[in-house]
Amino acid sequence: MPLCPGTPTPAHSTVTETHVITTTDLTKVYRSRGREVTALDGVDLHVREGEVYGVIGQSGAGKSSLIRCVNLLERPTSGTVTVAGQDLTALAGRGPRAGRELRQARSRIGMVFQHFNLLSSRTVQDNVELPLEILGKSGTERSRKARELLDLVGLADKAGAYPAQLSGGQKQRVGIARALAGDPKVLLSDEATSALDPETTRSILALLRDLNRQLGLTVLLITHEMDVVKSVCDSAALMENGRIVESGTVSELLATPGSELAAALFPLDGEASGDDRTVLDVTFQGESATQPVISQLARTYNIDISILGAAIDTVGGLQVGRMRIELPGRYEDNVVPIGFLREKGLQVEVPGRESALVKEGAK
Amino acid sequence: MTWSEMQPLLAQACWDTLYMVGWSTLIAVVGGLPLGILLVLTDRGGLLQNLAANKVIGQIVNIARSLPFIILMVALMTFTRWITGTTIGRAAAIVPLAIGAIPFFARLVETAVREVDHGLVEAVQAMGGNTWTVVRKVLVPESLPSLISSTTTTIVALIGYSAMAGTVGAGGLGDIAIRYGYQRFETQLMWITVAILAVVISAIQFAGDYAARSLHRRGAHSGPAPKLRLLKAAS
Ligand SMILES: Nc1ncnc2c1ncn2[C@@H]1O[C@H](COP(=O)(O)OP(=O)(O)OP(=O)(O)O)[C@@H](O)[C@H]1O
Ligand SMILES: [Mg+2]
Repeated sequence: MPLCPGTPTPAHSTVTETHVITTTDLTKVYRSRGREVTALDGVDLHVREGEVYGVIGQSGAGKSSLIRCVNLLERPTSGTVTVAGQDLTALAGRGPRAGRELRQARSRIGMVFQHFNLLSSRTVQDNVELPLEILGKSGTERSRKARELLDLVGLADKAGAYPAQLSGGQKQRVGIARALAGDPKVLLSDEATSALDPETTRSILALLRDLNRQLGLTVLLITHEMDVVKSVCDSAALMENGRIVESGTVSELLATPGSELAAALFPLDGEASGDDRTVLDVTFQGESATQPVISQLARTYNIDISILGAAIDTVGGLQVGRMRIELPGRYEDNVVPIGFLREKGLQVEVPGRESALVKEGAK
Repeated sequence: MTWSEMQPLLAQACWDTLYMVGWSTLIAVVGGLPLGILLVLTDRGGLLQNLAANKVIGQIVNIARSLPFIILMVALMTFTRWITGTTIGRAAAIVPLAIGAIPFFARLVETAVREVDHGLVEAVQAMGGNTWTVVRKVLVPESLPSLISSTTTTIVALIGYSAMAGTVGAGGLGDIAIRYGYQRFETQLMWITVAILAVVISAIQFAGDYAARSLHRRGAHSGPAPKLRLLKAAS
């Protein structure tokens, strides 16, 4: 999936075309006391090496079920999960307990949690050492590695503190340091910032982004906040009722007409087209954002253009803008200016156009 | 009876009580801790879910707990003789004391371990830890303040039971109270015994609470303070 030509490859240097997490036709059905809940309904997920991949969806959409199936904390009802080339579902064996191979595979997948899940009986340093103890590393190696990781997350001075003495953001930093102890290629994050205030959320996301860049770490994160996707994700998927209804790189999504994710990333208001006016949603990425296309349009065709709403933002390292504009006259009268905009590399959508056509057909 | 006559009696009685309670507490902890953890692990949704085993263990624990101690003592006489070679004396008393205290302590352990946040268990599983790792690194250390409170409760209960064991010639402070206080109307000796028991029990309770609280403060668990839990468990 190459990026759009003409757009600079913005800091995506760590992303390769290898899929590091793949799920195929993953389903998860919870059965409890005769009731069945289908939490995952045929999910195909492809996360490329070195990217930050966001899964967004409403409460109950199945996001946590999905991420917990990736390291088999939850056993999928059917389908397969492959992480770093290893089919984890094949390792799982039977029964509720994880066999040795699966446990080894898990130790190479980091996970951070919404409620941090730090052991209150251990110091920060000892919490970070815990996965290394499980891996059977020696005492000196453990403390060296733990100090290194605490330094990386900016908490070197808190090594001797207990989790109860830390703020939420600091606890999550410890959680991240702990998740990195086994030198994972993949980090799973289930709502890691949902218990944090906006400022702390930003700093944690920035940390995840830095780790992604510096270590080439692939991050699969789950969230219900569009801002999280907007600020750190290279790719995103939208989940509804246990299914992935949209997915792709951020630029692909923005270039997809009618994409719900794109609309959510860039909400625009304004009335739809009428008999005497045409409303267009224009999306521009990368360089075209800096070109004065709209004024060129006005000059070339000598028409008045009103801007109903606009936003320019950085999404996943890409500069993206979206604008809702109004041209005088019906859609049919504006075919040429629309062609001009498309020629300039802009993506143009006409909101409410389908329904307008239906009305015409009915006449 | 003069003080110099009482003194050796009391010293011996204290020593006997300490001996009985000490050993039976040790056995109760060694036996009850794994049993209590097993009750949690085998329960629905537990790491070693096994509902049949859970029911069986639970039933045995319940029956053993509901038996009055004096009956347990008599019922276990054959077993006690088989273990210690006798059914009287302080060594013989340890057997029913310990067996009565194991299920008592196991239930307290179960309650304490159940309060450990499941997220912590999950975190260790995600790191690649097995069930034994979860028990060693999470369940026991995270519930330690409650486990200490549970041990205190068990010791206090055992001091009470050990007084009953006194009636079968096990010695100890309960024995003194009955033989001298009740049968020979040595009221003074009897009150001294009561005072010693009160002091000993308070001291143990204080030490236990102090240990639990200092651990608790360090970790600052979010649950209720161990002292409240202790009252709940005892009621
Ligand atoms: N252990 C379980 N037993 C039974 N049903 C479950 C279990 N876990 C989740 N579910 C159900 O599966 C569905 C998906 O849950 P899931 O936790 O994956 O949603 P989510 O997208 O993470 O929601 P949220 O944003 O609220 O965390 C829900 O309907 C939920 O009730
Ligand atoms: Mg969730």
